[in-house]
Amino acid sequence: MLSIKNLQARIEEKQILKGINLDIKAGEVHAIMGPNGSGKSTLASVLAGRPEYEVTDGSVEFLGKDLLELSPEERAGEGIFLAFQYPVEIPGLTTTNFIKTAVNEVRKYRGQEPYDAVQFLKLMREKMAMVEINQSLLSRSLNEGFSGGEKKRNEIFQMAMLEPKLAILDETDSGLDIDAIRIVANGVNKLRSKDNAVLVVTHYQRLLDYIVPDFVHVLYNGRIVKSGTKELALELEERGYDFIKNEVGQEA
Amino acid sequence: MKPEEVYQPEIQEVDDSMSAIHDTVNSEYKYGFVSDLEADEAPKGLDESTVRFISAKKNEPGWMLEWRLKAFRQWQKMEEPHWANLHYPKINYQDIIYYSAPKQKVNPKSLDEIDPELRRTFEKLGISLDEQKRLSGVAVDAVIDSVSIATTFKEQLAEKGIIFCSISEAIQNHPDLVREYLSSVVPVTDNYFAALNSAVFSDGSFVYIPKGVRCPMELSTYFRINAENTGQFERTLIIADEGAYVSYLEGCTAPMRDENQLHAAVVELVALDNAEIKYSTVQNWYPGDKEGNGGIYNFVTKRGICRGYKSKISWTQVETGSAITWKYPSVILKGDHSIGEFYSVAVTNNYQQADTGTKMQHLGKNTRSRIVSKGISAGFSQNSYRGLVHVGKNANGARNFSQCDSLLLGDKCGAHTFPYIEVKNNTAVVEHEATTSKIGEDQIFYCNQRGIDTETAVALIINGFAKEVMNQLPMEFAVEAQKLLAISLEGSVG
Amino acid sequence: MNTIETIKERYQQLQSNNGSSALTPIEQNAFNSFNTLGVPTVKHEEWKYTRISSVFNKEYAFNPENLSSNITQKDLDAIRFPGYEGANELVFVNGMYSSQLSIIRSENLTVISLEEATKNEYRELVLQHLGHSGKYIKDGLNALNTAFAAEGVFIHVKKGNIVEHPVYIYNIVDAKTNNILSQPRTLIYLAQNAQVIFAETYATIGKSESFINQVTEIVVEQDALLEYYRIQNDASHANQVNTTHIRQIGKSLVNTVTVSLDGGIVRNNLNIAMEAEHSESHFYGLYFLKGNTHVDNHTVVDNVKPHCESNELYKGVVDDSSTAVFNGKIFVQKDAQKTNAYQSNKNLLLSNDASVNTKPQLEIFADDVKCSHGCTVGQLDEEAFFYLRSRGVSEKAAKSLLIHAFAVDILEHIKPEKVRAYVDQLIAERLGVELD
Repeated sequence: MLSIKNLQARIEEKQILKGINLDIKAGEVHAIMGPNGSGKSTLASVLAGRPEYEVTDGSVEFLGKDLLELSPEERAGEGIFLAFQYPVEIPGLTTTNFIKTAVNEVRKYRGQEPYDAVQFLKLMREKMAMVEINQSLLSRSLNEGFSGGEKKRNEIFQMAMLEPKLAILDETDSGLDIDAIRIVANGVNKLRSKDNAVLVVTHYQRLLDYIVPDFVHVLYNGRIVKSGTKELALELEERGYDFIKNEVGQEA
Repeated sequence: MKPEEVYQPEIQEVDDSMSAIHDTVNSEYKYGFVSDLEADEAPKGLDESTVRFISAKKNEPGWMLEWRLKAFRQWQKMEEPHWANLHYPKINYQDIIYYSAPKQKVNPKSLDEIDPELRRTFEKLGISLDEQKRLSGVAVDAVIDSVSIATTFKEQLAEKGIIFCSISEAIQNHPDLVREYLSSVVPVTDNYFAALNSAVFSDGSFVYIPKGVRCPMELSTYFRINAENTGQFERTLIIADEGAYVSYLEGCTAPMRDENQLHAAVVELVALDNAEIKYSTVQNWYPGDKEGNGGIYNFVTKRGICRGYKSKISWTQVETGSAITWKYPSVILKGDHSIGEFYSVAVTNNYQQADTGTKMQHLGKNTRSRIVSKGISAGFSQNSYRGLVHVGKNANGARNFSQCDSLLLGDKCGAHTFPYIEVKNNTAVVEHEATTSKIGEDQIFYCNQRGIDTETAVALIINGFAKEVMNQLPMEFAVEAQKLLAISLEGSVG
Repeated sequence: MNTIETIKERYQQLQSNNGSSALTPIEQNAFNSFNTLGVPTVKHEEWKYTRISSVFNKEYAFNPENLSSNITQKDLDAIRFPGYEGANELVFVNGMYSSQLSIIRSENLTVISLEEATKNEYRELVLQHLGHSGKYIKDGLNALNTAFAAEGVFIHVKKGNIVEHPVYIYNIVDAKTNNILSQPRTLIYLAQNAQVIFAETYATIGKSESFINQVTEIVVEQDALLEYYRIQNDASHANQVNTTHIRQIGKSLVNTVTVSLDGGIVRNNLNIAMEAEHSESHFYGLYFLKGNTHVDNHTVVDNVKPHCESNELYKGVVDDSSTAVFNGKIFVQKDAQKTNAYQSNKNLLLSNDASVNTKPQLEIFADDVKCSHGCTVGQLDEEAFFYLRSRGVSEKAAKSLLIHAFAVDILEHIKPEKVRAYVDQLIAERLGVELD
């Protein structure tokens, strides 16, 4: 589904990704772990096409298309979904109106008819139940005055509504208590299928107790320095990131 | 204020050839057609004979002619004001036609008698004059060039004692009301443009809501400038008697022309005890082309007086049109416990200039006012908010809250805020807040990531920004106004 | 003879006595401007709320020569800031610098007349910067001061040096026998990486009226740090128009606090031109007015270059029959992207004979900026008032405590402890509260 080759990227003058290689197949869950500043969030942002980042080398192929050639909204149309670490607030724009616009724009991109009000409402009710989100939240301005947990739940709700092929969760667990993590993870798990994939970017192992990965990669200093299965996450939790730093410190 | 008395940063000439922002196609002005109507016109230019001509055309009584002549003589002694943050070439007042009426059968007995070309004009504007087919229940007075063409739903309104007609008719049929209230809020000599309007206005709308009556439908006037070189000077007077309520809408369009056309209207509102007037405007006069050629010069005096106890006047405006806008819908809060409101969205794009805001004069006790102004500037435009909150010495318990926000799209435009606050009472509370910012790149990226393209994202964000004001509009107008916002800004974001 | 005639006569006299100097063209231009512009009336937009022409209509003497001898050490002691023993003290009498009464303790500080400065290595600096305030303040009073600029003073702070002693400036007007017009003029230059603290105050001695028309122009170079504190607590028959014009021509930091406690009509123009990237300025004002005092603060922040940050907070307590005027302008020019500019004006209006006129103003020509302003006019918080009283504090004491609390967040920006304590004491005395 996704094939990243030698991906290098920088922001302003700072090189952050220094050659990422990663393959993700449909149905898989991958986790990217790593210490702060290793480039995890940059990778997520580059895949979604955040304009501040400049790709300096490498390629990303997604479902047969050159992802790097696509605008952020085209990537969304193709099925990339980024759950933001810091979802933005847009005063005056209700969450419902925002999602309706997004869903219909994506449908338009995919050559589907836009939903009318009734269909949309029906879909929304269904997904609301799935991710346990409250109606009152959706009638408020997008993310304005939401708690951290509410913002993240809103991200997962949008993910449910947009039905992406590849969901990228950027530190979705940061700042959440364990109950909130469980709700978010449940939402993600319900959305998993053999046709889609999930890339979980996280600093801590605990989210991976709930969203169990097939593969775990350790990102350090702009490169994937170690890959393994879910046991690697546990080892990291136990031994800390220092052991990775020590292992690869010299060469990095 | 003479400009040379005040420091202003030098505005550099801008080379736009590099700017991708302006490469995109600008939206066409949808209402820019010219109707092929025969017109009955006054000769170009303005002197006493023009005033007499207009008054005679309208078959006005002697007192009205005297009133106009007094205004005209005052106007001749006055100077055009230049304190606003507006720059435009000198207006030649002798090069304007002050009266132009589409030729049609005099006083159509029914709507069927209206010139079919004229009827088509209104259909193109999306205004149905046909009462039977009209579902939404909005009574319309249509004013083209200088003359009121038709007023709908008259009979239904008359049953409740509501008078809704052209001001010319009101002068003929309700002279006592007109004499009592005309220029009672905006004196003839209030300002240069008001004096000009008083001398030469040719039509406009008149509304009287009797005691205790709640007007059952929205009242609406559509203004249309059609003829060439013609100024439009309409006059609107709305009186809500004790305990009455009315919601009034005003919309306007003009053809696309290379030269500028002058529009100088006066609107007066009077609210007596416990009365409420809600006045909404969607101003969409032709703004000129994207190089800044043509467009309407819009110099408007709008003022209401809350004369009675617990009366309320609320102005809502969505200003997207005109090359030049000079407009300060105001409220004099004379009655105790009266309320004044001003909600405004002003959008400027290309080379448009807007200087708009409000005055809230707190005179009575426990009066309240609220100002919400949202300015959006794009292209090479300049957008200014200018407001006054005045609390008089006896206005115990006065409260005002003002919020003035500006949004900039692109780095070639300007946003300006000039609030004047004068407080002479030590029980008053006045608060003013203002911000200027641009649309955040992070907001746009977030929308992009959800599959929404940048243009749509900007429209969504702007609608959010303007929402508090848009919510004040009656439903019939809200959707149209929202589209208008998007259209006005099309192509302004790269 | 009316004041305008007095001014003209003195101008002619000085020009013929002194002959031509490097400053003559500047003075002549300014004098012509004054003749054209005259004294501003309320029709001038910038003077809408301050009727300065009424003050100017009186007859003033404008011949300050040899008057310094009448000022005694005792007069001076009465207005000295605490800590003067360790300070540089610059004394102006009737607008003229008195080297006799002044003491310069810091070697890095040069104080000479502007006339003299044009004859040595400072010539270019003076000619380049003198009169720049006229670009911003387009009225006859600014021009009037500039017409006599040669009598002013040039203050130079050497490159890379910290002036360890604060610079105290005293403006004394000897109005024992006549109404006096005085026009202090100063050009201050902080060279690269220099640091200096100024504190300035005013005193009119005698029962006659004074009118101080002061212009201070300050040029701040790269990495320099300027702190400027101005305390206005003069007599009720003392009027002043004060222009302080600061140019940040290198990346630098400026802090100013203006405290106005007493006087007749007081008008302060404070301009900050941020002409270098990454500059920062903070300016604060407190006006605490009683009687018929009229204080008008006009501030301009002009963001010329990108990445600058400015913070402005002016707070006022307006009582009795006093009037407060605030006009704050923020300009962000086309190239000044990434500007952060904040402005706030808060007023307590305590008497129904007092009034507040405030006009915060934003003029923005760049899009990537964060600018905001807010202003309020209101009264003491009733909830807090009640809370204090419910704890047994008397009404009067509660009011005083709350007013003091309101003023504190301005006072805390006066960094030199001695000056701050001095101002705090003046306020405490006014309020009749004990300071801890």
